[in-house]
Amino acid sequence: MEEKEKKTPLHNLHLAAGAKMIGFGGWVMPVQYRDILEEHRCVRERVGIFDVSHMGEITVTGPGAQELVQGLITNDISVMEDGRVLYSPMCNDDGGVVDDILVYRFSSDGYMLVVNASNTEKDLAWIKKHNQGNADIEDVSGITALLALQGPRAANVLEMAGFNPASLKYYRFVKGQVAGKKCLVSRTGYTGEDGFEFYISPKDVEHVWQSLLEAGGIHGILPVGLGARDTLRFEASFPLYGHELDENITPLEAGLDRFVKLHKYFFTGSEALKDQCGRGIFRRLVGLSMEERGIPRSGYPVFIDGRQEGWVTSGNYCPTLGGSFAMAYVPCGVKEGSGVEVSIRGKNCGARVVSLPLYKKKGAISNDTGRFSLQ
Amino acid sequence: MIPEDLVYSEDHEWIKTGGETSRVGITHHAQEALGSIVFVELPEVGARVAAGDPLGVLESVKAASDYYAPLSGTVVTVNEELSESPNLVNEDPYGRGWLVELKLDDTAQLDKLLTAEQYKQFISGDSK
Repeated sequence: MEEKEKKTPLHNLHLAAGAKMIGFGGWVMPVQYRDILEEHRCVRERVGIFDVSHMGEITVTGPGAQELVQGLITNDISVMEDGRVLYSPMCNDDGGVVDDILVYRFSSDGYMLVVNASNTEKDLAWIKKHNQGNADIEDVSGITALLALQGPRAANVLEMAGFNPASLKYYRFVKGQVAGKKCLVSRTGYTGEDGFEFYISPKDVEHVWQSLLEAGGIHGILPVGLGARDTLRFEASFPLYGHELDENITPLEAGLDRFVKLHKYFFTGSEALKDQCGRGIFRRLVGLSMEERGIPRSGYPVFIDGRQEGWVTSGNYCPTLGGSFAMAYVPCGVKEGSGVEVSIRGKNCGARVVSLPLYKKKGAISNDTGRFSLQ
Repeated sequence: MIPEDLVYSEDHEWIKTGGETSRVGITHHAQEALGSIVFVELPEVGARVAAGDPLGVLESVKAASDYYAPLSGTVVTVNEELSESPNLVNEDPYGRGWLVELKLDDTAQLDKLLTAEQYKQFISGDSK
């Protein structure tokens, strides 16, 4: 049965702003307002605001909550404090990725899981299936709107909207008020820049959106669509479910080792991942820098010494780096600096294997709590 | 943004005639729909194309889209400037953002294409 695409509470505002709309994960979403490249640069250089209300939110509460979440994800929530956010893959028994999610800890028995829009129903069923009966699981996506404010000036804009972000560190959250409306503010994002995300009641989201746009006026803020969200996350080399991750790819192959804590007593997929860790992986996610002109796209074959041995998961022109790049799965033996070829519409185009991430903001360091953090 | 002195195809190419060769590009309407163009794949000089054949590919940030030969002919020149500056297709679609020059097999076929007025009506029905 085909369901009608869902609209975010800001749908009419997007149309009035002249956004082009597309279907994504069962939702009608703005792909661009004026120009993807302009929106991309605006986030790298200044600040942009995104409506990402399509993301799913699932709360897991009650005495069995911690055990349930801990048993489902590869990362370790036992070390989390209240007010922390943790990124983690969630795997099936074979170690394939069911989804990659954010875990918000309110208390030892209260969590919110933020999941990919297209996976919300699948995840909900998956979590319920693994519940031993003493956790309460609720899909709160319908009563939760989500905005992201991203870019080097995001903190300035947020302060002008009445929220002082100085004490809010990376991958932490707090309940507060933005533009006079209650919301949950986290210092998270999917762009590779400093930034914040706001979980808000749908009735308040229009006011907060408008207030942030007004506050950001002097900082050159622009509304940003899913088009630039994708080019930004691609440059920062964050995985996108359905591209770098799916049920047949393990987090070890995807280079997400630091989010997989095999020392945990048990979690779904742990046996398979321990096996894979012992045997070693056969393919891994790498970056490719195109040496011939052309844009590699998702699904394009990768040739090594004339043989098809891999595939492109995401590829595009990278505005900040200036050039075409891809992320691709290739056999483990293919080292950085090696020459490979990407088949673009039947023509083999030369590319070189490069390290990930493709783009890293100056001053950013890797750590275990987030995808990376800003010092 | 539909110049009077050009003729148009339903695939949103324009063609400018006069002299030995005819210049081909995409319309303002088409470039707007595609968004930021980041790569232009051009045909080989000397290639023979039939009306409606793909001439090459325009890659925007969003997707790859073919562009087509409005009429049959031979590719005599391609716009080399686009390899360094594909964004010219967005910025100046009827000027520096032209794509190829064709030597048409039969200039009488130009009558089959749309006038500026007809193209204007065509895209008003095309846009939602």
